[in-house]
Amino acid sequence: MKNLLSSRLAWPVLVLVALLLANFAVNPSFFEITVRDGNLYGPVVDILRRAAPIVLIALGMTLVIATRGIDLSVGAVAALSGSWASMSIISSADRASVGVVLTAVAVALIMALVAGAWNGFLVSTLGIQPIVATLVLMVAGRGLAQIITNEKILYPDNSPAYKLIGGGYLLAVPFSILLAGAIFALTAILTRRTALGTLIEAVGINPAASRLAGIKDRQIIFLVYVFSGFCAGLAGLMLTSNSTSADPNSIGLSIELDAILAVVIGGTALTGGRFSLAGTLVGAFIIETMDAFVVIAISARSTDVFKACVVIVVCLLQSPKIQSWLRGLFTRRRPGTPTGPPRAAGSAEPAGATPTGPASGPAVNPTEQMTRTS
Amino acid sequence: MTITESAVAAARPRRRRFSRYAQYSTVGITVALLALMLVAGSLLYPNFTSGQALLDLLGKNVFLLPLAVGMTFVIISGGIDLSVGAMMALGSVVAATLLQAGWSAPVVIVAVLLIGSLLGLLNGVMVSYFGIQPFIATLASMFLARGLCLVITDRSIAIDNPFFQTMNTAHLDLFEVTSTNLRGKVRVSDVYTTPSVVIALAVLLTAFAVLHYSRFGRTVYAVGGNESSARLMGMAVSRTKISVYVISGLCAGVAGLLFAFYTASGDPVAGIGYELNAIAAVVIGGTLLAGGTGYVLGSFLGVLVLGVIYAFKEFDGDLNTGWTRVMIGVLVLFFIVIQRLVVRRT
Repeated sequence: MKNLLSSRLAWPVLVLVALLLANFAVNPSFFEITVRDGNLYGPVVDILRRAAPIVLIALGMTLVIATRGIDLSVGAVAALSGSWASMSIISSADRASVGVVLTAVAVALIMALVAGAWNGFLVSTLGIQPIVATLVLMVAGRGLAQIITNEKILYPDNSPAYKLIGGGYLLAVPFSILLAGAIFALTAILTRRTALGTLIEAVGINPAASRLAGIKDRQIIFLVYVFSGFCAGLAGLMLTSNSTSADPNSIGLSIELDAILAVVIGGTALTGGRFSLAGTLVGAFIIETMDAFVVIAISARSTDVFKACVVIVVCLLQSPKIQSWLRGLFTRRRPGTPTGPPRAAGSAEPAGATPTGPASGPAVNPTEQMTRTS
Repeated sequence: MTITESAVAAARPRRRRFSRYAQYSTVGITVALLALMLVAGSLLYPNFTSGQALLDLLGKNVFLLPLAVGMTFVIISGGIDLSVGAMMALGSVVAATLLQAGWSAPVVIVAVLLIGSLLGLLNGVMVSYFGIQPFIATLASMFLARGLCLVITDRSIAIDNPFFQTMNTAHLDLFEVTSTNLRGKVRVSDVYTTPSVVIALAVLLTAFAVLHYSRFGRTVYAVGGNESSARLMGMAVSRTKISVYVISGLCAGVAGLLFAFYTASGDPVAGIGYELNAIAAVVIGGTLLAGGTGYVLGSFLGVLVLGVIYAFKEFDGDLNTGWTRVMIGVLVLFFIVIQRLVVRRT
């Protein structure tokens, strides 16, 4: 039990479970999954499907943040690739043709890779601060998307092959979930079954030292931005393929913030050096479940305020001041710990997030501290 | 970082004479660029550089100036403030709502400025006291401010308060211009500006005075230059860091009011992406994003450069809006690279 709770993932998972239960409380049919035309439907499936683009973008963001960077341009890159793919399919003679769709998707993904490489070049070769370097594309990328679409709103809804990416089904499961899952598995294998993950963490902890140790830090930094660009491009395809109308101004708008939020909730510190892909996955699900809950139980209009409160609480919990305060609290009252965690999990429920913030503290902190010092 | 520092140490003896001027080189480039763009504009479009058009460069983007001024303080201190665009929208929405509820204009103005300062204080406390990264802390308050806007209203509210209406329509006539049009007809027209421009310029001059001629201003530079040295020298680092965010919030409040004057409405979705424009203006104006170096008058030039880019779009109806964004992106990139080179050299 103690091992389970000291795991880095335990608290995000508990929060997710609490959120799911809260959703169930307001909507008793929340866990119902029905089969229509041989495909799965239901609120949970819906949440998973909507989480797919965020999961993808947050995956790339996790690796970027692990190298002490940040990628603000992901929303713009998503808009760029989504606009290009939709535009070239719409303007082609045969929208239903698989060849047309495949070409459009391939070119869009290459554009996303180039965008990522551009960010990587600015950060790794020119040594510009990541926030600033990716800011350039964040501003200009959406502009390029507008130029591609000639300032029109796109209606990419009558190409079945393209629709598959974001709204289609394969083996009864939404294709976007499978796609995001596949990329997630691939990333997990690459970073955890090879040395790549360790190298990324080494660069994030100390680039100079890792360079001295023989790690090609610039190559690694370059690669994570390329990967982030690719993920953003793929997410852009998902976002546009599923929508009946897409405006380059609004495709993936502020998705970079959701992705960063998912990463932070998942326990990856913004200071870089260590990352948790599973945590990011849980973080992305938390965001989508939270959105679903807020929309049903409170009001769609308060989603942003709610998210802001969550970000603030999560950040405060990670802050050195609160951490040392809680550590003091924790060491003094060691016998009292069993009562701490369950209450904390309850308090992480949406409605009480702000006022009970400190109470949910012991949760994140000790584990955080243990992993850091060990 | 270490490479840059050793390069700095090595280059210093030789370059001492030039380094005094090198710090102004980015501003020099900005001025040259602004001139170049104006010349290009006047060659492409008639009336691009007429007196009224030049004044409109500022008049149409007047709310951007306070945002950039506040952002300059924050960036010089080594931070960043992503919440200003949302705070501006919140200011305009609060003003419109309170006026609708029958509050008097002076009270509303004070309330808006107070709300801006309070949100700035929240940013400052999160950054300085709790040690949260400025980027994340202000991101959270951006969500918060934008969310509060939407909670208050999801559509734009018109303002019919007499004072706000006056500020909306008032013209300050500056001088007369006689011009001959193509048919040879002589026309006398007034070149005017708006009270909002005067307010924005007053904010700018106050900021200039504070930043360059006060002890607080020097502390801001010191904190941005090297926080731990500033702390060792006994400067009030925490107080200064909190203050710059309060200043930025206050400026965003002013921007919200100017926006309310300009559009005679409060709009919950106003100023999306304006934080980026403000940052772009500051960068173009020669302020180093790493902190420690910068000029508030440079940010003024940056706002003018953005104004010219928008003017291009306005004068040429066929120009895709995308190009304005691409141009801003390219300019920011250009200045970042220049700054990178200047920092390496001086």
